[in-house]
Amino acid sequence: MADVFLLSRLQFATNISFHILFPSITIALGWFLFYFKVRFNISGHPVWMRIYRFWVKVFALSFALGVVSGITMSFQFGTNWPGYMETVGNIAGPLLGYEVLTAFFLEATFLGVMLFGIRRVPSWLHTVATLLVAVGTTISAFWIIALNSWMQTPAGFEMRDGVAHALDWWAIIFNPSFPFRLSHVLLASGLTASFLIAGISAFRILRGDNKKAPRLALKTAVFVAALLMPLQIFVGDLHGLNTLEHQPQKVAAMEGIWDTQKGVPLLLFAVPDEKNRTNHFEIAIPNITSIILTHDPDGEVQGLNDFIGEHPPVAPVFYGFRIMVGIGMLMLVIAWFTSFKLIRNKPLSKGVLYSLMGMSFSGWIATLAGWYVTEIGRQPYLVSGLLKTSEAVTDIAPENVMFTFILYLTVYVGLLIAYLHTLFLMARRAVEIEEIQPEERLQQKHFPKTLNITAGELS
Amino acid sequence: MIADANLPVIFAGLMALSVIVYAILDGYDLGVGILLPLNNDQQADQMVASIGPFWDANETWLVLAVGLLLIAFPSAHNVILKALYIPSAIMLVGLILRGVAFDFRAKVAQVNKHRWNQIFKLGSCIASASQGYMLGSFVMGFEDSFMAYSFAALSALGVTCAYALIGSTWLILKTSDDLQLRAIKWAKLTGKISFVGILAVCIMNPLINQFVFERWTTPPFAYFMAIVPFVCFTLLFIGNLVLKQLPLKDDSGCWLPFLITVVVFIFCFCGLAFSFYPYVVPGELTIWDAASAPESLRFILYGALIVIPCILAYTVFSYRVFWGKVEDLRYY
Repeated sequence: MADVFLLSRLQFATNISFHILFPSITIALGWFLFYFKVRFNISGHPVWMRIYRFWVKVFALSFALGVVSGITMSFQFGTNWPGYMETVGNIAGPLLGYEVLTAFFLEATFLGVMLFGIRRVPSWLHTVATLLVAVGTTISAFWIIALNSWMQTPAGFEMRDGVAHALDWWAIIFNPSFPFRLSHVLLASGLTASFLIAGISAFRILRGDNKKAPRLALKTAVFVAALLMPLQIFVGDLHGLNTLEHQPQKVAAMEGIWDTQKGVPLLLFAVPDEKNRTNHFEIAIPNITSIILTHDPDGEVQGLNDFIGEHPPVAPVFYGFRIMVGIGMLMLVIAWFTSFKLIRNKPLSKGVLYSLMGMSFSGWIATLAGWYVTEIGRQPYLVSGLLKTSEAVTDIAPENVMFTFILYLTVYVGLLIAYLHTLFLMARRAVEIEEIQPEERLQQKHFPKTLNITAGELS
Repeated sequence: MIADANLPVIFAGLMALSVIVYAILDGYDLGVGILLPLNNDQQADQMVASIGPFWDANETWLVLAVGLLLIAFPSAHNVILKALYIPSAIMLVGLILRGVAFDFRAKVAQVNKHRWNQIFKLGSCIASASQGYMLGSFVMGFEDSFMAYSFAALSALGVTCAYALIGSTWLILKTSDDLQLRAIKWAKLTGKISFVGILAVCIMNPLINQFVFERWTTPPFAYFMAIVPFVCFTLLFIGNLVLKQLPLKDDSGCWLPFLITVVVFIFCFCGLAFSFYPYVVPGELTIWDAASAPESLRFILYGALIVIPCILAYTVFSYRVFWGKVEDLRYY
């Protein structure tokens, strides 16, 4: 039987990996929906409403999965990591509490109005409900990233008898890495949602759906991605510099630097070997890492050997970082190339459509990879410099943790399959729905009557 | 300025508020899930539509209750969730299955819809039963004995039945015709079982728990404690009489069973809460032992005082938007 520590970590990693998939869609998708609704209000053109109707279903589905897996996480703090709340509960508690109070109720209540209230409230109020749901998901991200950033770069507190006490809430929330992390995460969500919209729309077009809705949705999403990607590179760079300042051991692991040195090369590829504290099969470009991190080709960067026993496991951080950056580059190329075609009014070739479709879930992979870099990169600490992960773990019987781990894993794998299956089912069926309702186009000015749907269908 | 010593009392009050609001609100939608018929798809659709706009916000009250426990009484949170490790995990799986089934069932072909209906019903039963089980173990002070397990199992049945009761009265309020008649039948049956359940708790609880026995027999709490069962039994009796008259012409009084059930819920909850006050873990931790640092409690309290009225306001708004019979929700 494996030990409680390992099982608890695996269980939490499973849970958070599953959970993060859905907020990473809904945060930005909420704003996309608001945009679609506003475009509809302004133009009165039913195509915007059709785009809204399709994506609001995806939103509802993703939101439900995010909610249920999020509740599980709030329980696990107490069940598996009692030392966490005992040590930093005075800080973590209020931040989590504010998330529930200011975000959860807002989004959950107005989600009902957004999904079912379309005929019961005036159109403008429905638009406001859509806006409030988007605001709610964003506020939610604000608080959760504030807490996560505080765990990375704690500030504004003092330790009394081994327990953290808050001194300055402003400093706690706006801790040194918070602005960079929040913008990085929000942009990541924007890219994840953009590529999902573009990918599923490309899928619909490839299946012969030649209606305006998927084409317009694809265009919107690709343009957004093309704008966000350079911003993300810029913010990512600032975030990296901030990490170098506060968590140099994490950057050393990301770059695979063992010895402190000057003129550090950029490793395009390598196989880090923690046992012998060296890399194999290096492919490197001289001096680039020094330039990126210190803006000086001969700048000095600290290596992992300065942090023996205090640095994260190197391989997952090193590979995770390369996967994230690699996918980001691919996103940039595809988004810009497609935008270029679209701006010049060229038809999109099958190749472009297939690559967009292939990139539907690229945001998920990049987000997960980035998340692992930052979270594994904080190890062996749970709260940097304050609390080691191994000190926070529960003393529950390993059999129990094993049982719940398998339970969650089974449920999550099943749900992920059901989610993807349903998503593509909806995309396939969207074609049929549009084809059997040509009369809709004639009634475009009388918006509520054109909604030929049941409450159940929209849930 | 609020004195430090009063902060735990205020937070205990807020937590109690969110638990009772949760039990009533998610209680009715879990109840609807428990009662979901698998032989009548049209009625199943109506029932799910009756809770569609609300279930997500209802469940948030559970997150708030557990959140407040975590924020205000972290050491109690650890003790309680450690003791309830397996049942809470099972409850979560129930809530997960139900929450997603709700969404999936509407988006898949008819063949799969039936399966998602089954999962929805199953998830609702699992979640309700495990909440009841956890309540039972809490009352028994997380004892490790045959007696405690039996009581927890009984409590699982009791809570499931109580949720089914409030769910059926919600349906009486929100539906008409055949489904309403069916709901009235369900309410009569579950009302009677709830009656027996409450009676059992009233007898068992003071017998097995010395602290509760003293609380129930020593003034001033004893006066209140005597009122609780009396009110509950009277109300359930009246409720049964009302159910026998329903449905009336113009559907007047369709809201009465729901209201009666809500009052019974509130009384039962207050009875339980005052049986254990000021303990947050029976016999072990009082709210003062378990409380967080005052500066943290104060920080969240000021926010809560501003935000909670807003939450209540837009909750009321959302119920007003979806006022009336559920048929109105269908756009054919």
